[in-house]
Amino acid sequence: MSRVRVLAGTRKGAFILTADGKRDQWDITGPHFAGWELYHLKGSSADPNRLYASQSSGWFGQIIQRSDDGGKTWFQPGTPPGEATTGPGGMPKGESNKFLYDTSAQTGKPLTTHQWYDGTQHPWEFKRVWHLEPSPDNPDVVYAGVEDAALFRSNDGGKSWQELSGLRGHGTGPKWQPGAGGMCLHTIVLDRQHPGRIYTAISAAGAFRSDDHGANWRPINKGLHSQYIPDPTAEVGHCVHHVAASPRKDLLFMQKHWDVMRSDNGGDSWSEVSGNLPTDFGFVIDVHAHEPETVYVVPIKSDGEHFPLDGKLRVFRSRSGGNEWQELSKGLPEKNCYVNVLRDAMCVDNLDSCGIYFGTTGGQVYVSPDGGDHWSAIVHDLPPVLSVEVQTLP
Amino acid sequence: MKIRVVLPPHLRTLAHVGSELQLEMNTPPTQRSVLDALEAAYPMLCGTIRDHVTQQRRPFLRFFACGEDFSHESPDTPLPDAVVNGTEPLLIVGAIAGG
Repeated sequence: MSRVRVLAGTRKGAFILTADGKRDQWDITGPHFAGWELYHLKGSSADPNRLYASQSSGWFGQIIQRSDDGGKTWFQPGTPPGEATTGPGGMPKGESNKFLYDTSAQTGKPLTTHQWYDGTQHPWEFKRVWHLEPSPDNPDVVYAGVEDAALFRSNDGGKSWQELSGLRGHGTGPKWQPGAGGMCLHTIVLDRQHPGRIYTAISAAGAFRSDDHGANWRPINKGLHSQYIPDPTAEVGHCVHHVAASPRKDLLFMQKHWDVMRSDNGGDSWSEVSGNLPTDFGFVIDVHAHEPETVYVVPIKSDGEHFPLDGKLRVFRSRSGGNEWQELSKGLPEKNCYVNVLRDAMCVDNLDSCGIYFGTTGGQVYVSPDGGDHWSAIVHDLPPVLSVEVQTLP
Repeated sequence: MKIRVVLPPHLRTLAHVGSELQLEMNTPPTQRSVLDALEAAYPMLCGTIRDHVTQQRRPFLRFFACGEDFSHESPDTPLPDAVVNGTEPLLIVGAIAGG
C-alpha cells in the first residue's frame, strides 16, 4: 500500500508526519532543527528520499539542509558531519548557505535597487529562502525562491547556488516593492508539460514566466486588478499570494491578496473566479491531483484581519474551476477559531483518493483523505505552521 | 596559540561541538582573525555570525570577553591578553530578544 510523508515547516522546527494510504494513523517525528524557523521543506519526486529544507533565524541567517534518507538524518550539503571541511581544490564548504546576487558585469550590474516602502530605491539584500522546488527529473537540481526577491538554482544538490538573474534583470525589477511580509519570491512552479517553463510569484510584484529554463522572463499579470496600487492594472506591483498549476496543460490558479484568479493560457491572461466565496482574501490555493478543475482555497476575512470569517475554519472547493464554491467544514473548528493559513501551507497527495492537507498558525495540520469532504487534525499543537508539503511514497 | 571560543547553543548544534571549542591560531587574535579561523575549521558556520557579503556582524549577536563587550570595536582590534593566552574564552552571544 502506498504511504504519505508530510513535511511541516514551523516557526520552531520541522516535523515529519507519516501514514499509510488510509491516512488515519500517523507517526510524527521532530522537531528537526529545533528552535529554528523552517520556512519550507520539500522532497524530490525524482528521489523521494532526497529532501531539502530551508532553515533560518533572525540571529544566525540562512542554512540549507538536505536529507538523503527521507528525513532520518540531515546535513548541510557539502558539509556532511565527520567529513573534511574543505572540498577538492581547497574550496571551503559551507557554500550551501551562500546566496549571492549576480553582480557580474555581463548580467548583474544593473540589478542594484528595487522600490522601498516609501517609494525610494533600496538595495537588494538577501534575507532568507522562502521556497525550495526540486526538479522533477534530477534530485540534484533544486530551485530556491528568496527574499529579497530572486530565483536561485543549484545543480549540485544544494552545495552551491547561482542566481537566475534574468528574472530580476528583465526590466521591471526596480518597480518591485516589499509586501508586509517582505519582498519574497514565494512560489516556484516547474511546468512538467512545457519543458523549460517556470512560473514564479513575488510579493508584491506579481507573477512571472520563463520558457527557457529561467534564462529570460516576463511578467504575466494581465487581467489582475489591484486597487491598492496607483495603477490597478499595472504590469507589476500586484501582491500575488500563491499560484498553483492544474494537471491540465496551461491551466493555473492564483490566490491574490484579494481575488481568486484562473488562467487557461499559462498566465498570458487571468480572469477572476472568486464567485460566491464569502471573502476572496487568502493565502493558499491548490488543485486536486486528478481533477483539473477542482480547486481549494481557505478564505481569510481580510488583509487587516488574518483569520477565518466568524471564527469558523472552512476550506472552499470548486469543482468547476472557480466561481461556484462549496463550503467544506466537516471536522474543522466551527467556532472560536482565529488562525491563519499561510501561502505554502496547503498541498495535495497523488493517491487515488486525493488527500488535501493544510497547516495553521495555531499549530494544527489537517488532512482530508477524501478530497475535502471530511477533515481531521493530524496534530493540534505544533508551533505556528509555515509550510506543508506531502510526498506520495510507494 | 589556542583560543577558546564559546558559541551560542544553536551554532553548537550546527557545528557539532560542545559548549566550548579551541582554535589553533598562528596570527594575532582579533575578532576578524578568530572568525576567519572559526569558519575555516567549521565552514557550516559561514554566514551565521557575520554576513557572507559584507562580513558585518549579525545584529543580534555580540562578542564578549573578560566581562566586556567588544562588539563595536574594530574587527582588527587585538583581543585581550586573557583571551590570547587562553585564560578567558571569547564569547559569541545571541541576544535575548522577544520580551
